[in-house]
Amino acid sequence: MIRDALHIARKDLRIEWRTRVTAYQVIPFAVVIIVLFGFALGPDPQRLEPAAPGVFWLAVLLASVLGVQRSVAIELREGAIDGLRLAGFDPAGIFLGKLCALSGQLVILEVLLGVVTAIVFQVSLASFWLLIVATLVATLGIVAVGLLYGVLLASSRVRETLLPLLFFPVIAPVLIAGTKTWQAAIAKHASTGLGWLELLVAFGVVYCCIGIVSFGPLMEDA
Amino acid sequence: MGRAMAEAIKLRDAVAFSGSFPLLSGVNLAVEVGEIVLLNGANGAGKTSLLRALAGLVSITQGSISVLGYDLTQERRSVRREVGLLGHQSFLYEDLDATENLAFWLKAEDTRDDRIAEAFSRVGLTGRLLVTPVSKLSTGQRRRVTLALLYARNQRLWLLDEPHAGLDTSGRETVDSLILNASHSGTTVVFASHELDHARTVATRSVLMSGGAITADVKDQIEGGAANDS
Amino acid sequence: MHRFGQAHSRADQIQRSLGLSALVGMVATIWLGLFITPPDQFMGDLVRLIYIHPPLAWVAFIAYGMNFLASLAYLWPRTRDLRWDQLAGASAEVGVLFTGLTLVTGSIWGRPAWGTWWTWDPLLTTTALLFVLYLGYLALRRVPDDQELRARRSAIAALIAFIDVPIVYFAVLWWKSLHQAPTVLNPTTHKTYIHGSMAWTLLLGFVAFTLTYAWMVMIRYRLGAIETRALKTQISSALRDRQLEGSHE
Repeated sequence: MIRDALHIARKDLRIEWRTRVTAYQVIPFAVVIIVLFGFALGPDPQRLEPAAPGVFWLAVLLASVLGVQRSVAIELREGAIDGLRLAGFDPAGIFLGKLCALSGQLVILEVLLGVVTAIVFQVSLASFWLLIVATLVATLGIVAVGLLYGVLLASSRVRETLLPLLFFPVIAPVLIAGTKTWQAAIAKHASTGLGWLELLVAFGVVYCCIGIVSFGPLMEDA
Repeated sequence: MGRAMAEAIKLRDAVAFSGSFPLLSGVNLAVEVGEIVLLNGANGAGKTSLLRALAGLVSITQGSISVLGYDLTQERRSVRREVGLLGHQSFLYEDLDATENLAFWLKAEDTRDDRIAEAFSRVGLTGRLLVTPVSKLSTGQRRRVTLALLYARNQRLWLLDEPHAGLDTSGRETVDSLILNASHSGTTVVFASHELDHARTVATRSVLMSGGAITADVKDQIEGGAANDS
Repeated sequence: MHRFGQAHSRADQIQRSLGLSALVGMVATIWLGLFITPPDQFMGDLVRLIYIHPPLAWVAFIAYGMNFLASLAYLWPRTRDLRWDQLAGASAEVGVLFTGLTLVTGSIWGRPAWGTWWTWDPLLTTTALLFVLYLGYLALRRVPDDQELRARRSAIAALIAFIDVPIVYFAVLWWKSLHQAPTVLNPTTHKTYIHGSMAWTLLLGFVAFTLTYAWMVMIRYRLGAIETRALKTQISSALRDRQLEGSHE
């Protein structure tokens, strides 16, 4: 399973390297979202600063949907997903591989986005370790749910519209917890963020497990 | 997992559905190891569905199906690794080049694996074509890449869905020679094709499909037959 | 099949008695709730919503619980049967309806106390998210596809959604509790002193709404069963047609 996962992850990252979709399309999209939120909430720093964590995570979630759609679409072109079934790749390995590859891409996006948010919304980030750990864990949970729904809908003609509708309600706790940990980090109250971090970990573990177990059956219907 | 058997394929009254549409409506077929079978029939007769069912991708809901010793009504997934399917879609990643694709699909450590170079030379792909993204290759060139993969994998059963389509003369000859050589080394080949004249020089047996079932079964290429004009 | 005005089968009888008892229960609840029980000290007549809102919420949660269990039953190989899928779908549809009503009654009930239509009360917020979650689930069920495929897909989607519910609840609870400003009338607890006739009416309310849920699910379920039967006939005739297609060559 692990070997297959590494193989798949390498393949996904290589495709990203070749096409630079995340780099040239998804990241700019997320940056635009942040800026637009800046416009929506007004130039008053008093209003912007408290909104920064929420806006950051919303931008990340919107970008994640794009990332997941792309990750799934790669397998559907030219029937590669059938090829994966035929070649005997362990489905759990496929899930983990794609999870790692997409999470890695999103983490890069989050670093850049964090900087942009800090600038646009004029906040200062401290308690870095809390920020980093929470963001990493949250990302894994987000991608796990995204991939689950992505492959669930792979054979559906309405995947593009249905994926966001299914994805966002489920991911709401991550939005709440992520925002709270960032707020705690900004306010330098790392301890209050720990409870939220636990929730993020629980979320991530639950949905990674679901993904590992059900990716196989889900692929059969794709 | 090698299972010794005389019959590579055995189907009896096999039925398969896609939703409420019957893809296969009761297929009876027995193919021995090493045979080269031509699957003939009009569009929509069920040729592609049969090939996919033999590869374990489509589930048989009635009847029995045994491929390479595996009972596909019980263990559909196990047979897949031993079967080489060449479908209408190329199963390739378009953003990667041919070499990277082969390295991935063969689960090779890296692209310098010997099998890859040998496979490409066997199908006549050289030079720049090997490092161009697949999206930029022509249909014929993509077909050669998938043939290279098929050759490199060297599985016991080949299921080819219109392998000659879109190829020029040299391409078709490559396909034929690949099929013949494979058969000599014990591979069983079932291929669907519209191109009867050419296909018949290769096949040892011709089978006609219609309405999701086999309607005619002829050994050693018999000429014509009104069935082909439908 | 069904002669108008005559209950033919056992299922019809069950459905009929469920419907009747639900109706009786509802009428009794409304009558008691509106006329017999006393108004509250603080809330006045608005307290009468207590006979509707909590039962609605309760039914919504049963509905989703049922959806979860039925989806599990479908996925479990030994109990795999399309009827579980029908049940899951029927339960979710009724559940979404009751969830919507829960939100509306909760909002109405809270307005005098809160001053606004919405204050992110943990339970109500979780309910709102449940509403959207299961709207998505229903949207997924509507995607036209092979029945078994649709059933599998929906069942897994139901699991993903249901497992999220406790996580959502705790997240919203903590989120809200950090901002608990002390108020005279604590908006997160609709606690009024319940006694005597109010208690019985409330219990009756729970029973009546549960019966209504059961009745609606049964109707929806049987409708789905008819659809499945029609599809099965369609499939066998399609098979025959296909076979004939072959012999006419």
